Amino acid sequence: MFRLEVRVSTPAWFNLALPLLAIAATLVLCSGLIALAGAGVIEAYGVMFTASLGDSYAITETMVRAAPMIFTGLAVAVAFRAKFWNIGAEGQLLAGAVASCFVGAIPMSGPLAMLLMAVAGAAAGAAVALAPATLRVKFKVDDVVSSLLLNSVIYYALMALIEGPWKDSFSGYPISPPIEDSANFPVLLEGTRLHLGVVVALLAAPLIWFLIVRTTLGFRIRVTGENPEAARYGGIHVERVLISTALLSGALAGLAGVGEVGGVHFQVMSDISPGYGYSGIVVAMLARLNPLGVVPAAIFLAAVMTGAEAMSRATGVPAFLSDVIQGTALLAMLVALLFTAYRIRRVGVAR
Amino acid sequence: MSAVFEQIFQVGFLAAIIRIATPLAFATLGEMFSERAGVLNLGIEGIMLLSAMTGFTATSLSGSLWLGVLVAVLTGMLMGALHALFTVALGLSQHVCGIGVTLFSSGLAYFLYRLIFGQQSVPPSIKGFETLPVPVLSSLPVLGPAVFNQFALVYMAILAIPLAAFVLYRTPWGLSVRMVGENPRAADSAGVSVIATRFQAVILGGALMGLAGAFLSMAQFNAFTFGVVSGRGWVAIALVVFGRWDPWRSAGAALLFAFVDALQLRMQASGLGHIPYEAFLMLPFIFTIVAMAVMSRNAVAPSALLKPFRREER
Repeated sequence: MFRLEVRVSTPAWFNLALPLLAIAATLVLCSGLIALAGAGVIEAYGVMFTASLGDSYAITETMVRAAPMIFTGLAVAVAFRAKFWNIGAEGQLLAGAVASCFVGAIPMSGPLAMLLMAVAGAAAGAAVALAPATLRVKFKVDDVVSSLLLNSVIYYALMALIEGPWKDSFSGYPISPPIEDSANFPVLLEGTRLHLGVVVALLAAPLIWFLIVRTTLGFRIRVTGENPEAARYGGIHVERVLISTALLSGALAGLAGVGEVGGVHFQVMSDISPGYGYSGIVVAMLARLNPLGVVPAAIFLAAVMTGAEAMSRATGVPAFLSDVIQGTALLAMLVALLFTAYRIRRVGVAR
Repeated sequence: MSAVFEQIFQVGFLAAIIRIATPLAFATLGEMFSERAGVLNLGIEGIMLLSAMTGFTATSLSGSLWLGVLVAVLTGMLMGALHALFTVALGLSQHVCGIGVTLFSSGLAYFLYRLIFGQQSVPPSIKGFETLPVPVLSSLPVLGPAVFNQFALVYMAILAIPLAAFVLYRTPWGLSVRMVGENPRAADSAGVSVIATRFQAVILGGALMGLAGAFLSMAQFNAFTFGVVSGRGWVAIALVVFGRWDPWRSAGAALLFAFVDALQLRMQASGLGHIPYEAFLMLPFIFTIVAMAVMSRNAVAPSALLKPFRREER
């Protein structure tokens, strides 16, 4: 006889094993689609791997794509730790992009411009995230729905800007005017797109890990998420913690937008984010909400996205496979997480 | 001002409102059933997209519009069942699963569409539904041509509203749905299967979302494009809240949104407006967020929304 038992604690190796299990399951499930498209599964995944991680240039391209997802992944991980259900990283990213582009277009010395772009972008993202947090704290409004709906509000606001007063008068396209050349983030490796923002993203992860694991605020965030009643009993001002978490989460998502403007696009357009905010949820879940885990999780998704285009050219399998992989990975990870809540135990048969 | 007034009372304008409201009404009713049973379905955006794709494809390959509608509905039900499997049977967090279902379904829709139709310079289209005038009623002044000279799916949406209200408020199954959404523990004690009822409600919701998708690709646009849903699923999420989880109010909210959207399209077309059209598109989301803040004091959301039910946990 087997039976399900509630687990009290999970061994540490689960943190690595579960995401790997979820990713393996995802690749197996999605191989059916590759076969359906009439291509060799090994070949398709092989091309995907080579084109995203096979040589140093490919790795830089993957890292450029991973950077925004590291930031949105961190944003979601921090928020979910406090059980502040921030589904709004997409909108916060867009707000960060708009604010930083606005600042970057003002002529000033390069380093100052980059610093102010980051500050403005983080502030804009934080401001957007503040809305659902305030509504939850003051009016008990469900943060899932309000943060999700704000994405659409921000998106239309961005569209109104770039199709209206902000429209690039030079090209006539619905894109914002570019930022100053001096504000473009420096490229770190000649001949690649690897920009300063990627390094900042990689540094942000251990910083946020330290904040969550080793500081008072981090402790408050964790306790508020795990047991708000106990937190309150222990003298933690839960509402204030939720607001701080939202500000931090929104600022991180805003920085994702800053990197895209300063390091990749140098202006704002309607499709500046191919859903990086939603990908952040996938990244955070794969990372089990651990800020250090966010980096490999984001690199995995970025590699899939980068590799999918080359795979499509080589094998004819539609590049949209990467979108399916993303969705499947999230669902597979959620199922894998059941192993943290339950264990299968063999029960001896009574004689 | 009178110019604006004339615009509003044109028959074409009224017909446009009804047409814009139709997919929203289906989607909103679908989401409402799911949420009344206690399950938030954020998969709606992706489910509508995938259904729009499968319905379009089935029609394109078979030539039969109703077969396409059937396939779209079955797609919606299947994805609803998938969401229920994760959130009801396994009790996983509803919002994260919903995002997962949306990412998965949208990805699958894009993938399969590209696989079946390839990359064509002119996207393939079908001969979609044609208007079906209702005898006698369609000759009424104003209302006749606007409401009773529409696609068959529009009439289905109009009939779906009272039907949904009847099912929810006047049938034993509707009572079960409301019970498992309000107080699953009590429902369980009364012998109602919480798991089965939630499954049924989410699958029914998926079927309605499938109809919404079918309408978009087979009556409104007669083609499948990657932007065919473009946020209408999220609008439906907003309209359910705005309509206070009630079929009549939700449908009314859909109609109100359709009015604003149609007005926006008219003003854009006639060059009347000085207000950017995006301001109108933002309105339902802003209204909903404000409404949630105002309403929260008399808590109208189903009490067990977002809460998984496990019998053994007390």
